[in-house]
Amino acid sequence: MPDQTDLLLRRILTDVLGLKPGQADTFDDDTGLFGHLPELDSMAVAGLLTELEDRLDIIIEDDEIEGEMLETYGGLLAFVEAKRGA
Amino acid sequence: MVPASWPCPLPGGGTSEEFALSCDAGRDHRLLIIPALFDEGNKLRRFTVEVMRRLELARIDSVLPDLPGCNESMLPLVIQNPAGWLDAMTSAARHFRATHVLGMRGGSLFTPKSLPAFHYAPVKAATILRQLVRARILSSREAGREENREALAETAVTRGITLAGYEIGPDFYRDFEPMVPDALPTVIGQDEVGGSGLWLRAEPDENGAQADALAALLTGALRA
Repeated sequence: MPDQTDLLLRRILTDVLGLKPGQADTFDDDTGLFGHLPELDSMAVAGLLTELEDRLDIIIEDDEIEGEMLETYGGLLAFVEAKRGA
Repeated sequence: MVPASWPCPLPGGGTSEEFALSCDAGRDHRLLIIPALFDEGNKLRRFTVEVMRRLELARIDSVLPDLPGCNESMLPLVIQNPAGWLDAMTSAARHFRATHVLGMRGGSLFTPKSLPAFHYAPVKAATILRQLVRARILSSREAGREENREALAETAVTRGITLAGYEIGPDFYRDFEPMVPDALPTVIGQDEVGGSGLWLRAEPDENGAQADALAALLTGALRA
């Protein structure tokens, strides 16, 4: 069962990518993000990270941002969950 | 809705004719709209114009001037500074005989104090810069160049910096960074408009329901 961080992350991706309601429910750990979705360029990723900070009440340092964490939905979720648990 | 122009004061004296989009029928309620800034300005342009169309139907005049150095302006952005932008918006308010002013997101940092103001989803300058700097770090990294925030901030205040294609001069960066929206204006939050803010979108988008909601809130407040 998806936890609260998972739900929030799906909601934020829905807002940033302009997805239809429910579309983000189909994302699984291997769903490709940065480098796979053409609209997710560096400006959009910067917006996504800022929104994650605001809504999840976390701070993401620039040197923590790595290709791996942004590449898939599972990678981003694991990063955010670790941040919230920290 | 027609293109219009207005004389924008230049720092060294004289004026420059700047562009504005205008819905002007000489009505009693006349709203000056300060556009959202930089990348958010592109993402919210259509939404802003859609709100103007709805205000027109509600018989409220509105005008959307360019900030000097942005959109259709022939002035270089790199020579602008925040005090000049505030002067420019004050002049536009006078020229178009605005009775009220609306700041969209970062545009809320430049609403003239002389008019009753609304701020739509206002944002601090530091938040705007944080996101632009982060986008630059990410795109540099993609290109194989490592940059860090501290060094970029140092470059920005000494030599200026290009962020998301916007050439920002050192004076602008230094004076802009600490700016926060005034506490006095009426704040219209995204929760009142409904849905998620269109400035968040990876690609510019539109939303008729949000434009309806913001126009209705403004109309209600102006007629109160």
